[in-house]
Amino acid sequence: MEEMLVYDHVSVAYQGSTEPVVALADFNLEVERGEPIALIGPSGSGKSTSLLLVAGLLRSTEGRVLVAGEPVLKPRLETALILQDFGLLPWKTVFENAALGLRIRHFTREERIRRTSRALEQVGLTDFAKMYPGELSGGMRQRLALARTLALDVDLMLMDEPLSSLDALLREGLQDMLLTLWQSRGYAQVLVTHSIEEAVFLGRRIAVMSPRPGRIATVLENPGMGTLDYRGTPEFYTRCQQVRVALNPVCLSERSEDVSDGNACKDDSRPKDTREDLSHA
Amino acid sequence: MRRFLGYLVAIVVILLGWQLTALALSSPALPTPWATLPMLLRFTPQLAPDFSVSFYRVVIAMFLGTVLAMPLGLAVGRSPRLDAFLAPILYILYPIPKIVLLPVLLVLLGLADAPKIVLIAITIFFQVLVTVRDAAKGVPEGAILSVRSLGASRWDVFKDVVIPASLPELFTALRISSGTAVAILFFAEAFAGNTGLGYFIVDSWAMLNYPRMFAGIVVMAVLGVILYEIFDFAERHLTRWRRRGTG
Repeated sequence: MEEMLVYDHVSVAYQGSTEPVVALADFNLEVERGEPIALIGPSGSGKSTSLLLVAGLLRSTEGRVLVAGEPVLKPRLETALILQDFGLLPWKTVFENAALGLRIRHFTREERIRRTSRALEQVGLTDFAKMYPGELSGGMRQRLALARTLALDVDLMLMDEPLSSLDALLREGLQDMLLTLWQSRGYAQVLVTHSIEEAVFLGRRIAVMSPRPGRIATVLENPGMGTLDYRGTPEFYTRCQQVRVALNPVCLSERSEDVSDGNACKDDSRPKDTREDLSHA
Repeated sequence: MRRFLGYLVAIVVILLGWQLTALALSSPALPTPWATLPMLLRFTPQLAPDFSVSFYRVVIAMFLGTVLAMPLGLAVGRSPRLDAFLAPILYILYPIPKIVLLPVLLVLLGLADAPKIVLIAITIFFQVLVTVRDAAKGVPEGAILSVRSLGASRWDVFKDVVIPASLPELFTALRISSGTAVAILFFAEAFAGNTGLGYFIVDSWAMLNYPRMFAGIVVMAVLGVILYEIFDFAERHLTRWRRRGTG
């Protein structure tokens, strides 16, 4: 079977403000066509870096990143990337934002209108087409970012903590939407997340990363995913527990550097978030 | 309508303040609005061409300065290498009051429109350059990355992200520097030539005709307001998204 995405002994190092930083070291992972995979790990483990490589926005220092069998040298038209802050343009209307990818790819006007209208309909934003992103709620902006990629023919969807700025209830609704869209479109998906539940709900496999320099610590199989009511099943809880255990050595090794912090897993940027995710998933 | 009312109230307040100050000082150098108004009407035929020529100079100059500075500012703001080269040059030249170049420009370009236009254009050029450069530097990286991930070319990134993101700050710079532009215009016109509102004002001063001088000053204020309103109008139409929501 041909792989959609292959990380082949990838390392990324760059010059930080004081010293060289190794973001990824000997990172290996394969994602099949149409497979949804979740990437979870402590912050600073190079999760975002790994996505930028695939999107063609960053070069690896060593090793290769292959998408559809080809080394990634520049952004590929069939790969979509959704960033944490959604990457919407505040000066463009909802419609123009959703149509941006089509315009850059020089689609005809009719085709742009047809595809954009359909994408906005799929995420329930048809009535807001003329508004600006600044007038939308957080959840609506997230849906708009989704619509922008849905308007294109993508076979690989990359998402960098797309739901981390949303509140818990909204999050679950959007997780449902992500699952439904993946099922109807059948693209391969790499979801970077902080949340154990999100990883288990949306990843057929869950890759757990170690802290800097980032590498894959474990890959957990999660064959039960793929239904909206998976969250309520005992299997879901068991799987969350497994992910938690897989993350734990990671947390312990980090904690050993700072013994005073007795809590679950130390996280500089988002301590509350992580703690919540790790303690009662 | 609200704007209009705002200006009406402003005019009443300013006239009142002017009247009171003039009465308090009771000096021929500060005539009352009542003494100025008839002069304004009397000299309208003479002021109109002076106003037009001043308006033409300042508009052309601001346009030239902006058009030249904007692309350079955007390029420097987005290219660390270009910035490393140009920033020190900019820091040395920026604080020099460009008005000191007036004698040089008069020698090189004569006494007509050219030296005045060039002098204002140079001033505006630096102000716009520095502002646009800083604005282009501050464009959120997330917006650029996500547009690039869609396959955007360098030009697409400029057109869809960097330029619109820098527009609000460009207009702020233009509105602020319109005051500077009028000041330089006054100085340049007063210093050389015999046209424009600046000349009208110093000419009246030389004749010790203070009411006539104040008629010129009032028209100069009108010129400033018109410039300000032009930029405000352009800004409202080009940065429409800022009027709504928090974006």
